[in-house]
Amino acid sequence: MMRDTVILRVVVKLLLPAILIFALYVQFHGDYGPGGGFQAGVAAAAAIILYGMVFGIDEAKKVVPRRIVNTMIPLGVLIFAGTGVASLLLGENYLDYSPLGSKPVKGQHLGILIVEAGVFITVASTMLAIFYVFGGRADEADEKGGEG
Amino acid sequence: MNTVLLLFMVVVVIGIIRAHNLFSVVILGGAYSFLLATVMVVLDAVDVAMTEAAVGAGMSTVLLLAVLHLTRTREAPLRHAPAIPLLVCLLTGSALVYATVDLPPFGLADNPQNQHVAPYYLDNAEKETKSPNVVTAVLASYRGFDTLGEVTVIFTAGIGVLILLSRRRRREMIVVDEGRSKHDA
Repeated sequence: MMRDTVILRVVVKLLLPAILIFALYVQFHGDYGPGGGFQAGVAAAAAIILYGMVFGIDEAKKVVPRRIVNTMIPLGVLIFAGTGVASLLLGENYLDYSPLGSKPVKGQHLGILIVEAGVFITVASTMLAIFYVFGGRADEADEKGGEG
Repeated sequence: MNTVLLLFMVVVVIGIIRAHNLFSVVILGGAYSFLLATVMVVLDAVDVAMTEAAVGAGMSTVLLLAVLHLTRTREAPLRHAPAIPLLVCLLTGSALVYATVDLPPFGLADNPQNQHVAPYYLDNAEKETKSPNVVTAVLASYRGFDTLGEVTVIFTAGIGVLILLSRRRRREMIVVDEGRSKHDA
């Protein structure tokens, strides 16, 4: 969309790692500070979307292909629901993480981490998928406008 | 502090109503979300503030701008008088204000919502889940079902958008195929 702006390209390249690290920080520090899978997922998706807006959606699709995005959307839900099934199989209530670890506390801790990862995957990929679809349409409209 | 922020929000809303350029409406919507996020920070709901800033101000603004790229950026002229929508808004608004009369006083420790399960969470969350952030413990563990539901909602919304927006392209492909087969025949 804005492929000719040097300053934007340089600044975005500098910002991207910071945004991604911040997303991971929000993800894994969610137990101790504000944040969690939801916020981290949006932040990570925002990084890729920023990249796509400045360098073009096709470049973003090279980093995160649509096939991977489309697989990740249900994968996150499956991880979340699967954790519940795992605790069922280990003899506890659905989504009770206590039997996942050697001690109930450890199990809870691990369960929260896994579940947050599931949230992260679904949220990030859904945002990205919606952006890809909208952006793809914008590119189509541009092409049509150019031809017409 | 709250009053100032809420006043700002009212000003932004009036700005949104009066603006006819959809670009400024989208940007003002982002400003509104940031103000709301600040209100959440003032209310000590940092997690909610973070979500509001990321989703409301960040993601929605970007997606709406992407939509504006596809459509015109001027508001379409009204086809009828705004009397009925205005009436509906006023009725809903006054019903909501009427409902707030029955709410307990703001922020008191012995309010019902602070007496039910909240003390249990505050006392036991760190012991039971090793997670000092009680919000995370409640979201992911105690209320895991709710969060699973939320993730499923996002999943469903994403799939829905994908299906709706990919449909036209498929139809175009069918048309192209038909054209090709006619050409072959």
